[in-house]
Amino acid sequence: MAEPFKRLTGIAAPIVEDDVDTDVIYPARFLVLMEKQGLGRYLFHDRRFGPDGTRKADFVLNREPYAAATILISRDNFGSGSSREHAVWALADYGIRCVIASSFGEIFAANCVRNGILPARVPRSAVQPLAEQAERGPFTVDLVRQSIDLPDGVSVPFSIAPSDRESLLNGWDDIDRILALESDAIERFEADRAARFPWLYQDRMQ
Amino acid sequence: MSSPRTLYDKLWDEHVVRERADGSTLLYIDRHILQEVSTPQSFRRLESKGLRPRRPSTHLAVPDHSVPTIGREAGISDPLARDQVERLRQNCKRHGILFIPLQDLRQGIVHVIGPELGFTLPGITLVCGDSHTSTHGAFGALAFGVGASECATVMATHCLPQRRARTMEVWLEGRLPEWVSAKDVALALISRIGADGAAGHALEFRGPGVTSMSMEGRMTLCNMAIEAGTRIGLVAPDETTFAYLAGRPFAPQGRHFERALDYWRSLPSDEGAVFDRGIRLELSTLVPQVTWGTSPDLAVGIDGRIPDPDDEPDPAKRDRIRSSLEYMGLRPGMAVQDIAIDRVFIGSCTNGRIEDLRAAARVVAGRKVAAGVRAMVVPGSTSVRRQAEAEGLARIFQDAGFEWREAGCSMCVAMNEDRLRPGERCASTSNRNFEGRQGRGGRTHLMSPAMAAAAAIAGHLVDVRELQTA
Repeated sequence: MAEPFKRLTGIAAPIVEDDVDTDVIYPARFLVLMEKQGLGRYLFHDRRFGPDGTRKADFVLNREPYAAATILISRDNFGSGSSREHAVWALADYGIRCVIASSFGEIFAANCVRNGILPARVPRSAVQPLAEQAERGPFTVDLVRQSIDLPDGVSVPFSIAPSDRESLLNGWDDIDRILALESDAIERFEADRAARFPWLYQDRMQ
Repeated sequence: MSSPRTLYDKLWDEHVVRERADGSTLLYIDRHILQEVSTPQSFRRLESKGLRPRRPSTHLAVPDHSVPTIGREAGISDPLARDQVERLRQNCKRHGILFIPLQDLRQGIVHVIGPELGFTLPGITLVCGDSHTSTHGAFGALAFGVGASECATVMATHCLPQRRARTMEVWLEGRLPEWVSAKDVALALISRIGADGAAGHALEFRGPGVTSMSMEGRMTLCNMAIEAGTRIGLVAPDETTFAYLAGRPFAPQGRHFERALDYWRSLPSDEGAVFDRGIRLELSTLVPQVTWGTSPDLAVGIDGRIPDPDDEPDPAKRDRIRSSLEYMGLRPGMAVQDIAIDRVFIGSCTNGRIEDLRAAARVVAGRKVAAGVRAMVVPGSTSVRRQAEAEGLARIFQDAGFEWREAGCSMCVAMNEDRLRPGERCASTSNRNFEGRQGRGGRTHLMSPAMAAAAAIAGHLVDVRELQTA
């Protein structure tokens, strides 16, 4: 069960690049950790910290006011690559609740929704103006209206799949929903499938 | 009569449990493969709800990501990796899921052993907490990578809420020239359409170039679909598929196999089926491909040169070239063949199968790894390793100076000690050249097994076709 997402006001940190992959968001050597909590310290680790552990002054999350960001702005194909949900847990643990980008890796976007993080899609041409607005003050992201209120008073729309929007607005947990609403349908589906494809229903695991 | 359908349409339609008005569909998932990295949190989610796997026999678990590829008889020395593998074993034991231990002859990378064991079958839906699950689409299975939360959802309900993808036909015309492989096709395709060029689409590879391809080649193609931005790559099942599956331990046997065949033969896209998009690649003129940047779409023929950012009119693309060249330590305009390498990695779920090792061994036979280059072969599974040893390939690699390792993901994901040091440059048969992918500060050039083997011998990137005729 994720916290319902309706409206968020916060600082937006721009990373105006294409193809920011999940290896960059969460390097593989930290995948041996088995927790979801506490992963924020590894978020963008090799961009944030030098080999000796010092903060890199040029990385956006190491600059004020962006260190306290709750929103990220990026461009095409954000979260591409590995399916590691650790990337999303690290974002959540750091405090990020919304990523605005012109497109997302498909698995990453699904992982965001499962963890109450809003993947908000805007046109590619909107990304640079948003990054400039981010310097001027906080954004308000409204999922009910599907719009982002900017410091200059302008409001820009974003897109999201209707089913993802509904899940986020309600904080739905997909296991709870499916078991509550579809248990009978699944039973019927399996009975039918077992009759038609019996080779998939042998107890073959010997 | 219903209208002609694509392979993807048929797989999708057959697995719809419920369709909702908002366009989301509850899709039934037949099978699930688990590895140690993406499932500890999945089991915790399941257990926190007091649930158990709905059908334990449809799951298969194996450690592959964090395991060592050397000195295994002493166990796993890294305590975190050891705990993670042990956690998977315990979780599987508690829930009645088949766990293949590290010492088992069936152990290997999830996307190598699923097909090897006949766990992967045409017509099924299959998921795994790993993006390269697209590999299994080579069998005509609807297979895709998911996150850890969704792994739990599948264990609990056997379903996932999904949205139907659009379809994209990749027509492969002609036959591959000698020394040019499925990996080159994949890299050429991705460089043409971009790292998100197939987003929102299920790819189906079609045409004479794919029907003439082995299962190993088809798996390489589908494996790399994710690097074009889609979770799904497909090849229609045919006689090559059926011959591969016959007799595999978890494949249907006897009468069940015959019955399954009838169904599998109905799966290929119908004559006249319409795809939302299409692209055509001519294979007969394809040259070996290598990547030069930090995204898999930044590839060029081995006879090419490193691009000059100043020639790029689009400022965003110019920045991308510039930052790639900076990270990779390359100069604009330099010949690709002048790139000297420090390391060679042959393996991964992309290119760690027996055919890949055969191609590499053909290049290596009777030669030596160049001075100053450290090269390793990591078979995709213990079974591939055994077979390569039986065929004499292991001896060829070892005589040439390659390290001959045990099966795992190894330097493709660099979770264990197999990783690059900062600034090291690697010719790699893996699938991602992202910043730090093979180790912090490491520089990766993706290519085929034959090309990586040739680079090991030459000490720099080289055209395997010229090396073989020299």
